Amino acid sequence: MRDRVLIFAGLSLFLALVTYPVWQGLAARSSTAGPVLPATAAGQKCVAPRDVMRVAHMEMLMSWRDLKVRENQRTYTAADGTVYTIDLTATCLTQCHGPKEKFCDSCHAYAGVPAVNCWSCHTSPPAAPNPGELR
Amino acid sequence: MKVTRKDFLRIAAGSVVAAGTGTLVHALSGSAPATAATVGESKQRWGMVIDLRQCRQQGECDQCIRACHQTHNVPEVPNPAHEVKWIWNEPFAKVFPFQQSEYTRQADGGTLPVLCNHCASPSCVRVCPTKATWKRGDGIVMMDYHRCIGCRYCMAACPYGSRSFNYVDPRPHLRQVNPEVPTRSAGVVEKCDFCTARLAKGELPACVEACPQGAMVFGDLNDESSPVRQLLAERYSVQRQPHLGCGPSIFYLV
Amino acid sequence: MFDLALTGGRRYWSWVVFLLLLMGVGLFFYLQQLQHGLGITGLSRDVSWGIYIAQFTFFVGVAASAVMVVLPYYLHDVRQFGRITILGELLAIAAVTMCMLFIFVDMGQPTRVLNVLLHPTLHSLMFWDMVSLSGYLLINATVAYVMLNAEYKGVPAPGWIKPVILLSIPWAISIHTVTAFLYNGLPGRHLWFTAILAPRFLASAFAAGPALLILLCLLLRRLTSFDAGREAIGKLGVVVAYAMAANIFFLLLELFTALYSQVPDHIHAFEYLFFGLEGEAGLAPLMWGSVVLGVIALVALLVPRLRRNEKILATAAVLVFVSLWLEKGMGMIVGGFVPSPLGAVTPYAPTLPEWAIVAGIWATGGLLITFFYKIVVAVRAAN
Repeated sequence: MRDRVLIFAGLSLFLALVTYPVWQGLAARSSTAGPVLPATAAGQKCVAPRDVMRVAHMEMLMSWRDLKVRENQRTYTAADGTVYTIDLTATCLTQCHGPKEKFCDSCHAYAGVPAVNCWSCHTSPPAAPNPGELR
Repeated sequence: MKVTRKDFLRIAAGSVVAAGTGTLVHALSGSAPATAATVGESKQRWGMVIDLRQCRQQGECDQCIRACHQTHNVPEVPNPAHEVKWIWNEPFAKVFPFQQSEYTRQADGGTLPVLCNHCASPSCVRVCPTKATWKRGDGIVMMDYHRCIGCRYCMAACPYGSRSFNYVDPRPHLRQVNPEVPTRSAGVVEKCDFCTARLAKGELPACVEACPQGAMVFGDLNDESSPVRQLLAERYSVQRQPHLGCGPSIFYLV
Repeated sequence: MFDLALTGGRRYWSWVVFLLLLMGVGLFFYLQQLQHGLGITGLSRDVSWGIYIAQFTFFVGVAASAVMVVLPYYLHDVRQFGRITILGELLAIAAVTMCMLFIFVDMGQPTRVLNVLLHPTLHSLMFWDMVSLSGYLLINATVAYVMLNAEYKGVPAPGWIKPVILLSIPWAISIHTVTAFLYNGLPGRHLWFTAILAPRFLASAFAAGPALLILLCLLLRRLTSFDAGREAIGKLGVVVAYAMAANIFFLLLELFTALYSQVPDHIHAFEYLFFGLEGEAGLAPLMWGSVVLGVIALVALLVPRLRRNEKILATAAVLVFVSLWLEKGMGMIVGGFVPSPLGAVTPYAPTLPEWAIVAGIWATGGLLITFFYKIVVAVRAAN
């Protein structure tokens, strides 16, 4: 029984560590409301339906990356026949989604997946695209 | 069945080994078709001829270097140890050390531009453990900065010193960023890519376009009627260190 | 059985804490390196591999040298080594672990290390080095665990372990051969471009590794109840003597080829190492130090009367280890980069963070050896 203090100290330390994210969230007053993305401009459509992009955008980005860098294939033909230039900054962001802070980061920060290593090399356009210039 | 702690540890260790082996086998079997697809055969072999007589006429010229480095966001790192360069000037005697004798050493050969040789048999590609650098069907030795693990084996293997490693974050050392081209991050190797992006648009490499003397001629070495082949047919040319068997695609007219 | 490492006196625990502190310092500087990039090291565009890779090379040799106790015992029935084969195998485990850490800290993008498995590249020697090193680690871990466990329980070792032990012998040769191939298959690196690089590596390994083992055995005898026996230690001395003689012979062969042929590239590489080029002679003191220590040690080891004196043997072992550490753990690798392909003579010296990271890895190896040998001593003491 002389280990009682140690055991309980260890247990409470464990509990404190396990529940740390909860306390941190409470302290930071984070909310559970999801990110608000800019509304889609009229006539603007993405390379794939929103639901597909939501779950598989990372796979598409990877595949675009490998197509362009490794296979020198610089365009992508969507299901509806539209041909897109494969380019993260010039196509994805500049033409459609705007600065990564407003688009990528809002969801990634909310989902707690912030460690995406795109931006140490790729640049983000400074401002949202002008709706008139949309594809 | 009673599982002792030792059994548990043993099973855990066994599972880790099994999972690791499985991954390896999977990776090995999965990689074969991807390799075949990425190599891609092509009839072209891009190459370059640099006319040193033209080059020398311009004196201390660095326009090809500036054009290249601005186009590709190559940083100007102040510490020479951490320098990144895709194309740069070197004294003739350093580039062609064995074209010198004690009687000609005093002669001023001037400087000449050196860059990646896009070898026919590139030793950097041979040694790369992840295929982060590879030879395209058109002869261009490419880099995939997404895949490079920064082991610098290619730098040890390149007999031309054409490769640079990002010892520090290059971004603070960029005077202005060309938004059309990504920068690199610390920890990857980079080098000249023969302006792959410009070639895809039907443009010439930036250095070739920038040369005021037209001293750099770019073209298809496999095409007998191409300007590079005509120059090579007419004039005496040398390659850097041809005896090493790498087969450089850069030729110098002397 | 592993719990045996957890019982020890004050001296034992102070040593463990000291090693943990060193590891902590190393980790601190590694995190700095992770944040700022390899720019905090002394490496440069011209000298792109330094002490990390050199130390990796040296410790591959230490790892491979386990074969120098395993082979005589299992193939030639040299009974005296029966008590220390396990020490050699455990030393190999610690050394291979250090090698892997040295490679890891040298990487510019360590988070991508699994790309080597994800995109296995059969034409890259680095892939094969990874295969042979991890295989060697696995073999030695299995052998050491099974043998020690059998001893712990007082039962004979299972029969299937014998082929695994025999496999470890060619495998040990392979790890250092492949490591030499990393270097000597490169065009334009004249210091390494020699067919006897693998034999040279093996000779220096079989001198440095057993030299370390001699010192560890003497240390164990002084600090613990474990005695490897005078004969075993004496035999190890003979191994070191022959290997060191071969090592120096190979170096002379290299020098002859370069100096007699007068081929400039080959001369320059050695000229830089021993005399310096363009006023840069940073490695010359190390190389001369290595040669002088090596020759003194060789004389002491070759004369049987001197070798049998344990004090002299211990001194010679230290000299051999330091000599080869200077040559292979620094000069041989850094020297390969000077002069550069464009004739540049760039000096290299490890920076403070680099030394701290290296020390952290040594401490890791030291801690592993401490735990391993502690277990061995406890198991032997119990029987």
